[in-house]
Amino acid sequence: MIRRLLPLATAALFALALPLLVSRPDAQNTAILMLMTAQLGVAWNILGGYAGQVSLGHAAFFGCGGYVSTFLFLQHGVSPWLGMIAGALAAAALSLVVGWPCFRLRGHYFAMATIAVGEIVQALVTNWEALGGAVGLSLPVTESGWRGMVFNQSKLPYYYLALGLLALSLLVNHGVARSYLGYYFRAIKDEPDAARSLGIGLTRYKLAAIALSSALTAAGGTLYAQKELFIDPGSVLATGLSIKISLAAILGGVGTLFGPVVGAVVLTAIEEASRRWFGGSGRGTDLVVYGLLIVGIAVFRPEGIAGLVRRARSRAGAAA
Amino acid sequence: MLLQTLLSGVLVGLVYALVAVGLTLIFGVMDIVNFAHGEFLMLGMYAGFWGWALWSLDPLATLPLAALLLFAFGALVYRLVIRRILDAPMLSQIFATFGIMILLRGLAQYLWKPDFRSVGETAVAGTLALGSLRFGRPQLAAALGSVLASALVWWFLRYTRPGAALEATAADREAASLMGIDPGRMFSLAWGIGAACAGIAGVLICTYQPVFPEVGANFILVAFVLVALGGFGSVPGAFWAGILIGIVEVLGGFLVGPAYKMVLVLSLYLVVVWLRPQGLLGRA
Repeated sequence: MIRRLLPLATAALFALALPLLVSRPDAQNTAILMLMTAQLGVAWNILGGYAGQVSLGHAAFFGCGGYVSTFLFLQHGVSPWLGMIAGALAAAALSLVVGWPCFRLRGHYFAMATIAVGEIVQALVTNWEALGGAVGLSLPVTESGWRGMVFNQSKLPYYYLALGLLALSLLVNHGVARSYLGYYFRAIKDEPDAARSLGIGLTRYKLAAIALSSALTAAGGTLYAQKELFIDPGSVLATGLSIKISLAAILGGVGTLFGPVVGAVVLTAIEEASRRWFGGSGRGTDLVVYGLLIVGIAVFRPEGIAGLVRRARSRAGAAA
Repeated sequence: MLLQTLLSGVLVGLVYALVAVGLTLIFGVMDIVNFAHGEFLMLGMYAGFWGWALWSLDPLATLPLAALLLFAFGALVYRLVIRRILDAPMLSQIFATFGIMILLRGLAQYLWKPDFRSVGETAVAGTLALGSLRFGRPQLAAALGSVLASALVWWFLRYTRPGAALEATAADREAASLMGIDPGRMFSLAWGIGAACAGIAGVLICTYQPVFPEVGANFILVAFVLVALGGFGSVPGAFWAGILIGIVEVLGGFLVGPAYKMVLVLSLYLVVVWLRPQGLLGRA
């Protein structure tokens, strides 16, 4: 037990103390990006990893969180904290509406349908005047503080908010994996036909997975909106974002608790590095690196970094 | 006016059909969705553009060479990447072609800049008037070329030995390989033909559409819809679905506004796969 908890406690302490060690604003910003991407990967993993339903439309839920909280604040002065909850509920509701028909489809048919859903949502919001259309919505720069979830001087509070949200997502993920839901999810993923023949209503559990996953993703969307103070369809609803979310989980290892966290850290580091070394993102080099990475993982290491670690461990165990 | 809209839709749809024919062929033979299919089209468009810009070749003159290049490129992609993920988990299969898509987009952006580029005057410029109907000659040529190419693929599958072997592999991989058909060669052939179809469509449309690195994005979505509507893996199905969707897109853009035409097409896709997961024209 201690052997398992010790690395976890060390990692948690390290994450809590990191901003004290790193004071450069751009480095802190990278750290925040890592945590936010990790949180989204962990949320995606509930549906895509544990239940094995590969969604490539999660940006719709992310955008839902950002748009609901921002809209409620701008129109009715609702606190972003409440907005975050409202956004999560709205995304869960949206996911049920989307999931119910789409869960009739399996494998890549499901993945293709989620792309279609994501694209439809993006096109609708782009043409929705009340939501700012293609221009997007801006949050006013109000007084800095925890009540309004806006911090002007230092980005540090966003770091801890992202860390808290990541911890919450990991807890939910852990709880789900350990509960009866987790067993059903694994049955759906590995043996759908056997599960069905035992009378497990697959759709019900798939819906539970997508609702949890989308609610947590939406909470990340609200945090993003509060940090950037600006959202538009291109930044929070694009299919590219959906891919990035799923990629974090896949790079790290799907269906493992900490895989998406590792994947997000590596992915964000590579992105930032390729941007810095090869110049602006307009040159396309970040895309080239990204693409090579995805193909490489798909071909050589489908089980992700977590699989690499497991293999190294079992080799070390065999040697000892 | 309505007739003009309908016929314009058919012209658009025939090009979509050719793109989807290539995609559905790959899908039917090996059950893999090629997310990079739009990028094959993008490469075809750039081939047409550079032939014109560097050597002032008419895109129609570049066409045969571009088709050959894309055929080789498709087979190469199969050899280098797809061959290794044939028995991999579904996740790897999705992400392998996804990665190729992003890689090709990035390379195009790096090599040729993100700018919109257009081919100037070509052999098929101008409009053709038939009574009160008016059609762009480039669009007519593209539609005609697409019909010919699609028909060629259909003829190849139907009446040639390699085509029959390809169909046999699609129907039953095990049985076909017991009959002495090498599945690897068939897969490679399917990728070559599939990429060539997309590439030909790309060269054909570069006479009237600007080319840029992300140009494939819209086509891949439409092609997915066609593959689903036509019945996954069915070449004639994809062809007829192309004409249908071309009409829906142009008519829908006319009736509810161009901003929503993609929403319309994608919603149609969702409704169809929901009601008939095997596709509108597909058999259960």
